[in-house]
Amino acid sequence: MADSEAKGAPERTMAEALNLALTQEMEQDDSLVVLGEDVGVDGGVFRVTEGLLDKYGESRVMDTPLAEAAIVGVSVGMAAHGLKPVCEAQFSGFSYLAMHQLEAHAARLRWRSRGRFPVPMVVRMPYGGGVRALEHHSESKEAFFAHTPGLKVVIPSGPRNARALLLSAIRDPDPVIFMEPKRLYRAFREPVPDAPETIPIGESQSRRDGDDLTLVAYGAMLRPTLQAAEQLADADGVEAEVIDLLSISPLDDRRFSASARRTGRVVIVHEAQRSFGPGAEIIARLVEQSFWYLEAPVVRVTGYDVQVPYFAREADYLPDLERIVAGAREVLSHA
Amino acid sequence: MPREQIDLRCQVTHLSVLDEDGSFDEALAPEVSDDLLLHMHRSMLLARRFDERMLKLQRQGRIGTFAPVSGQEAAQVGAMAALTEKDWFVPSFREFAASIWRGLPLKQLLLYNAGYNEGGAVPDDAHDLPIAIPVATQIPHAVGLAYAAYYRDTGALAITFFGDGATSEGDFHEAINFAGVFAAPVIFLCQNNQWAISVPREHQTHSRTLAQKALAYSVPGIQADGNDVLAVLAATREAAERARNGDGPTMIECITYRLSVHTTADDPSKYRSDEEVEAWRRRDPIPRLQSHLKAQELLSDEEIDKLEQDIAAEIDDAWEQAQTEMHRLGSAEAMFEHHYAALPAYLRRQRDGLRRDRGQER
Repeated sequence: MADSEAKGAPERTMAEALNLALTQEMEQDDSLVVLGEDVGVDGGVFRVTEGLLDKYGESRVMDTPLAEAAIVGVSVGMAAHGLKPVCEAQFSGFSYLAMHQLEAHAARLRWRSRGRFPVPMVVRMPYGGGVRALEHHSESKEAFFAHTPGLKVVIPSGPRNARALLLSAIRDPDPVIFMEPKRLYRAFREPVPDAPETIPIGESQSRRDGDDLTLVAYGAMLRPTLQAAEQLADADGVEAEVIDLLSISPLDDRRFSASARRTGRVVIVHEAQRSFGPGAEIIARLVEQSFWYLEAPVVRVTGYDVQVPYFAREADYLPDLERIVAGAREVLSHA
Repeated sequence: MPREQIDLRCQVTHLSVLDEDGSFDEALAPEVSDDLLLHMHRSMLLARRFDERMLKLQRQGRIGTFAPVSGQEAAQVGAMAALTEKDWFVPSFREFAASIWRGLPLKQLLLYNAGYNEGGAVPDDAHDLPIAIPVATQIPHAVGLAYAAYYRDTGALAITFFGDGATSEGDFHEAINFAGVFAAPVIFLCQNNQWAISVPREHQTHSRTLAQKALAYSVPGIQADGNDVLAVLAATREAAERARNGDGPTMIECITYRLSVHTTADDPSKYRSDEEVEAWRRRDPIPRLQSHLKAQELLSDEEIDKLEQDIAAEIDDAWEQAQTEMHRLGSAEAMFEHHYAALPAYLRRQRDGLRRDRGQER
């Protein structure tokens, strides 16, 4: 997925790029079905599934009853029969109504049946803050899913990798929780080639080179983290490597460990709550694998350990450029 | 051994007292004082005008996404008017008219919709639960409250509101079955407003009525014209009497219509026709009640004009108060409040860190 290949490709938003992935894969694989609340006639509340009903009909694009547990549970059954359901939780905050189907069955059926029934399904869910939404519409609970053996969890950070990751998720033989940072749906466009491309699940990517500091981020936090790296270069003369995780589980510890061994200083940025969050696992792996290379305590710039406040105070909850730069300077302050 | 019919006597009746043509069935009408009728009318009108004002404020970017109540005022006010303030009120997220009946200050609703958690505060003496957004998840709470009221012998019952879509959720079925088993004094009030965002009632469930879902658990289910405040009042009184007599729960399916958007983030033109909306506008619960009140010589056009002015002033005043309150509530530290009875040490450290970072703020 080299940038050169994307030159001249159509500029797409993340919503359009996700739609492209679904459309192209439905076109060439009739085992793919899409189901969820308002995914058909309405085209999804964020318009990610727009046009699919017209193209592929009601048997493959199902406007379901309001029943999250059944959406996921029925998808498990479909997957056991060899279909590839891509189901949608309208917001990640409503996915907990299907948590027992995810934990007790989607994650376990392959294991329980000793390989007889793999569950090749994708659960798409808009997540994260920054759109002035109601309660349950702004949270980041990727750790819930990442803590469950049998589930994979991926999070794109822009249109092009969203399309590639969704394609990989659909083709993956195991259940993948596909979390879409909702504030990026229409935040910007970038070239997304028509020709299908994938990103291996479990591989992170380096977005910026640097030998002084390692910044680890994902989802909607990638952009302010890249901005922070530029600011640190301009104002402090510090060059940071920025790593875009892309997969939360399996976690690609090799890339951030290699970077940490080079820089000795690490900052992790996520909007999920801090305690028991992805940052905690990253630090554990760093301590396990690269302890003797660290030159300063690792810093987490994250959401606070509180429920995401209603939107009037949401900006104070979410990490921003200022907090990321401050976190970086703290790590750099240790001699 | 033989195959025999089991007589289940499953019946769903539909109750209508005052229809859109102005026909009024005195025999079915609940006993209702003039004061109560006028109070119900005022609450419904206030809810409608408040809804319209919030929509304007939302379009101006002054408040956030919300779920308008327009069209469902009779279903909410009629039900609440049948109950006492000791009874428990368990809303979902579109029950502003019911909240207004319960006396929740408009300022509070504005604060909530402007993104301040303080707007969700429940007054100490109110038997009201706060807004619950995930569909159907509040329904079991009403059963718990009702059971506790029965256990403590308070004489109170609980009412919970939900929509047509909620009857597809497990929580609804688990709750109503539970209530049936324990004869909990609870009223399940379904506002069948025909649409769960883009999914029409016919596509939501294969059941012919929603009320019949209660019958599966041998809980009485009745349908009422949800745009007829008198029918809703009568049906709820009947259910309340059953609950207070120890005869357990009832489900009421109010046939109504969401005249506005699902929420302000929704565009209904994608999935429903203007003709359909217009047909339901003719069944609007508020003009229907006004015609009846005028026919009964309880209300004149002049009085309605005066009432409209009072209501506009009340809403203006609430918005003034809400804005003043918002200035006062600026601090980000409030996000740490009310997670636990006492703030744990690690959270105190995080709060203090935020205070340091935002030192320039008050």
